[in-house]
Amino acid sequence: MARREAPEINAGSMADIAFLLLIFFLVTTTIDVDKGITVKLPPWSDEPPPEMKLNSRNVYSVLVNANDQLLVRGEPMEPRNLRENTKIFIANPKGLANMAEKPNKAIISLKNDRGTSYKAYIQVYNELKAAYRELWDTEAEKLFGEKYEGLKTIDQKREVRNAFPLVISEAEPTSFGEK
Amino acid sequence: MGKFSKGKGRATPKISTASLPDIIFILLFFFMVVTVMKDSELKVDVNYPEATELQKLEKKSLVSYIYVGKPKANYEAAYGSAPRIQLNDAFAEIDNIPLFLEKEKVKVPEQQRGLITASLRVDKDVTMGIVTDVKTKLRKINQLKVNYSSRLRPGEL
Repeated sequence: MARREAPEINAGSMADIAFLLLIFFLVTTTIDVDKGITVKLPPWSDEPPPEMKLNSRNVYSVLVNANDQLLVRGEPMEPRNLRENTKIFIANPKGLANMAEKPNKAIISLKNDRGTSYKAYIQVYNELKAAYRELWDTEAEKLFGEKYEGLKTIDQKREVRNAFPLVISEAEPTSFGEK
Repeated sequence: MGKFSKGKGRATPKISTASLPDIIFILLFFFMVVTVMKDSELKVDVNYPEATELQKLEKKSLVSYIYVGKPKANYEAAYGSAPRIQLNDAFAEIDNIPLFLEKEKVKVPEQQRGLITASLRVDKDVTMGIVTDVKTKLRKINQLKVNYSSRLRPGEL
């Protein structure tokens, strides 16, 4: 038998095949990045928490009721004012007697009903966290001339955080208005 | 003198398409790499709440997802419209969470088990009752790293 040269394979349809695969992956792709508010929950203990003597001037109580209304230290408040007021409470720039003695003594106490909507809860939690983040930013700029996220070492971050430690204590919710 | 033919024989030169497959292949590889196959079909409706203080969850393998929301329309007849929990592919009760997280845990190497984050993907219209129950369960089994999935809020409140 005579040797025949291997016929060349037509690669023209290669593009079509690749296109088909491409479209398949395009359709199935969900580039969803996982983002959210990261929280560290307190460990569970069966014993009731020890009685703590807290100076009431250091406690910033935030209540969200089943109608998603906000009560801060006994006064109703709009959610959009929460961030500024929290910052003022923690930093206490004028040294008022009814606000935190020192920023590292401030405690945020957050309480909600079982009927509170998750949306409202996240909104309030976000504002409280944002208040701290903004305080950290100003502190970091004062000390290191950079925003908190831009700080280079963990020690620097820790120093800023120790000046304004984030303490959000969450109470057991009251069982109002659960659907 | 050269002759100029009129009208005929001046077809535009063919563009070589030989490199087209290569280009497509590059695109293909890109999408293959970024694709995350949906590992579980959602049986509950989840619309994330909006927030601004977002943190990215870096390692997908170190995240366990807990979905909470109203059952989708086609499951409503069987499961009602009250918010339910979904783990993996199925509806679950709160008491199923410890076993679920334990199963997720054994998939990760031992020294990384402390870094596992529970991602709570909760619908924004769910009431806090069920969320609190989940949180309490997580605290009881010592899964303290939690992330509330949210979308970025455009603009101010």
